[in-house]
Amino acid sequence: MIEASFIQSLKEILDPERVLTSAEDIVPYSFDGTAALKQRPGAVVFPLTAEEVADCVKLARRCSIPVVTRGSGTGLSGGSVPLDGCLVICLVKMDKLIEVDEKNLTLRAQSGVITKEIDDAAAKVGLFYPPDPGSMKISTIGGNVAENSGGLRGLKYGVTRDYVMGIEVVLPDGTLTFLGNKCVKDVAGYSMKDLFIGSEGTLGIITEVILKVLPRPKARKTMLALYDSMDAAAKTISAIIAAKIIPCTLEFLDRVTVQCVEDYAKIGLPTDVEALVLMETDGHPVVVEEEAAQMMALARANGARDVRAAADEAEGAKLAAARRNAFSALARVRPTTILEDVTVPRSELATMVAFIDSVAKKHSLQIGTFGHLGDGNLHPTFLTNERDHEEMHRVEVALAEIVEETIRLGGTVTGEHGVGLAKKAFLKRQLGEGSYELMRSIKQALDPQGLLNPGKIFDLRN
Amino acid sequence: MPQANLLKSLDYSVLQQCMHCGMCLPTCPTYVETKMEKNSPRGRIALLRAVADGDLEVSRALSDEMYYCLGCLACQTACPAGVNYAELFETARAEVEQAEVNDGMQRGFWRWLTLNVIFMRPWLLRLIGRVLRVYQSAGLDNLMRKLRFFGLMPRSLAKLEPQTPQISEHFSDDLIWPEESPKGRQEYRVGLLTGCIQDLAFSNINRDTADVLLANGCEVITPRSQSCCGSLHAHNGELELARELARRQIDSFDLDSLDAIITNAGGCGSHLKTYGHLLHDDPFYAAKAKVWDATVKDIHEWLVQIGFRKPTAGAGVSEVTYHESCHLCHGQKVVSQPRQVLASIPGLVFKELPESNWCCGSAGIYNITQPEQSQKLLDRKVANLKLTKAPVVATSNPGCHLQLANGLRSCGDHPCQEVTQPVTLLARAYRAEQGVGASGPHKPGSETPAP
Repeated sequence: MIEASFIQSLKEILDPERVLTSAEDIVPYSFDGTAALKQRPGAVVFPLTAEEVADCVKLARRCSIPVVTRGSGTGLSGGSVPLDGCLVICLVKMDKLIEVDEKNLTLRAQSGVITKEIDDAAAKVGLFYPPDPGSMKISTIGGNVAENSGGLRGLKYGVTRDYVMGIEVVLPDGTLTFLGNKCVKDVAGYSMKDLFIGSEGTLGIITEVILKVLPRPKARKTMLALYDSMDAAAKTISAIIAAKIIPCTLEFLDRVTVQCVEDYAKIGLPTDVEALVLMETDGHPVVVEEEAAQMMALARANGARDVRAAADEAEGAKLAAARRNAFSALARVRPTTILEDVTVPRSELATMVAFIDSVAKKHSLQIGTFGHLGDGNLHPTFLTNERDHEEMHRVEVALAEIVEETIRLGGTVTGEHGVGLAKKAFLKRQLGEGSYELMRSIKQALDPQGLLNPGKIFDLRN
Repeated sequence: MPQANLLKSLDYSVLQQCMHCGMCLPTCPTYVETKMEKNSPRGRIALLRAVADGDLEVSRALSDEMYYCLGCLACQTACPAGVNYAELFETARAEVEQAEVNDGMQRGFWRWLTLNVIFMRPWLLRLIGRVLRVYQSAGLDNLMRKLRFFGLMPRSLAKLEPQTPQISEHFSDDLIWPEESPKGRQEYRVGLLTGCIQDLAFSNINRDTADVLLANGCEVITPRSQSCCGSLHAHNGELELARELARRQIDSFDLDSLDAIITNAGGCGSHLKTYGHLLHDDPFYAAKAKVWDATVKDIHEWLVQIGFRKPTAGAGVSEVTYHESCHLCHGQKVVSQPRQVLASIPGLVFKELPESNWCCGSAGIYNITQPEQSQKLLDRKVANLKLTKAPVVATSNPGCHLQLANGLRSCGDHPCQEVTQPVTLLARAYRAEQGVGASGPHKPGSETPAP
């Protein structure tokens, strides 16, 4: 698909060392963090500046070569899985942290900066970047913005979108533009930046971001509550929300997940519980103490078998890190791990968890469920083997039933991972005709050629 | 004798175990250096899987990549999915050797000479050690350097010449009796592995290990002239030779009569504990090797397990930091025990080293095969050591020991001027209790002191 002349032109735009074409170099770019999706690109390039990105896009446009942008490739919906023979623009070498502006509480960075480095840089001056996707140790900030990633603190602090003040974007025609600014209030025209946040690389390539940062919370307390029934765990969550407390984190792991996490992290989690809830509150020390005591009391009152507080910040961090690795730890059980991302209104949580459980039993499948109880975002995770076609078929059927129920309960097919390839089939059902067609017409207007990440989220033509 | 595609015959689930989540990337010293996927564990596994699937040929480029990998196993610690990277790494290197994609006369000769000849024959290795010792102690190496003799060697080797380890005056067999009993009550009977490089360059550390064991009620059995454990072979694609050495090693010890077999080198220990897997197809040795695996203990692991006696005297050192051998921490997961040993010594302040478990670049013979990347890692390590301001660094692997000593020697004003091992400091503290003068730790570039 890619011709030698195209490669030659790429090497004129970029240092030839940053243009990869040999099989050994590009096979490792055939996938992202999503299970069972794999396609080999034609070439992979590493630009260092937005201008280089724009030049690559212009060239690809002239030659009608589709472009897939990626960062560290940790996405979980197939958003950065290449198309056969496409050009992959990898932004990991655009990794400059440009500015930490303490006067405006903003931070400016190139797209390839690792998310954790963003928060570390903020922390150095007493600031805080709240979105913390499970993969923050390696995911890039550009990828986070493109996928509108969530994290463990979503309940109190929201998702990536809530922290993006401005972005620099390369449009499908190669135009380089800046959307947004450092102003807290700005109502000039359409909110263009918002269009690109969560657009999964289909509308433009984000090359730089201005992020809002907050004063770092002075105190934090992490607690664990253990339950013999899922229902009791769900009741605790409802009770906490009803008590007008907004913790920063309310996470849960089911029995299967707790076992896997303990296998990996060996931090002494009890493995005979039906549900484990990780609770965290942060803010002013006095408030934190008060809320923590209240949450622990509510957990006990709602049937927790045991409630304990982390002795110190380090132990709390260890517990949170264990939860962060839940998804990968589940991979220990079976060869293929298929992670879902369904989200329901918080009031429907217990119903949804019970439903997932019944689907697993009905189709004789192993599903480990964990997720963000506080914001209704669940990650039922199928533990299966992609080589077992019969079982994979049952997985598909079960998945469709889970999605159906999610939509029936007023939920969404993705809370934080994006649609990509994995959720594409369900999108129309959730959005309805009007909203779905509106999205397509926007794509059509901006990228009529279907150059950028084609086939992700939806197909341009039926 | 060429065999079938080794990666294809590997249990496919080992390859499938990687669900490419990317958690290994930030812990991989080569990925962090280049930010290229093929230089990461996830990328390498993708390449190996493509070979197993028949989508990719075993090529020179694949071989280069597998030899660019340090085999530090930091990815294995980071991997939540539990991928057995060590096995993939060894199989892949064996695969590229078998495919002979690397054939160069010079490389072939050196590999044959070291792996097939020298490291298979303990007597020859020691003989070479003796000759090297005479050469070094007569100052001939300095003379040769002055005469620019090494200008005649291939440049890559000539550059490494000053890094040749200082050979000990006495080897382990001269310093340790085949059987030694503790003065007090005997509670355990243990075997002691003396190693090859450890034996040649750090026989005093073997003596220290024996002393520490004796001080903790262990009878110490040290079979004569032990062979190399085979880690060098396994990590360099010579699995058959590694198996041969494993069999010999097992035969050197009377397994049934021992509570433990003690190793004090991180790299060797990590390999010694996988004989069970290495010999799982061997009808005669498979069962024995399993028992062997369970019996082998790193010295620090063993000391903590038996509740070692805390010394009452100091080791003559005020502050120490600790560099973790990759294969001790990532391979064997022995992390807290060496720190506990150091912390037990009165008057010794322990200072944590930033990135203590980041590879120093020694990685077996990596500093010879990949001098450039090795040097970058060494520079990073030396800079971190500087941050601690500690005058002494302890580590527990002869390769790391030599690498750190070399790095510090070429950095004159560095606060850290001494490299030693935790077990040496403990031995000195025990000796100090009895008023025996403790010799100083190994200074970079100085003569290794005999006990």
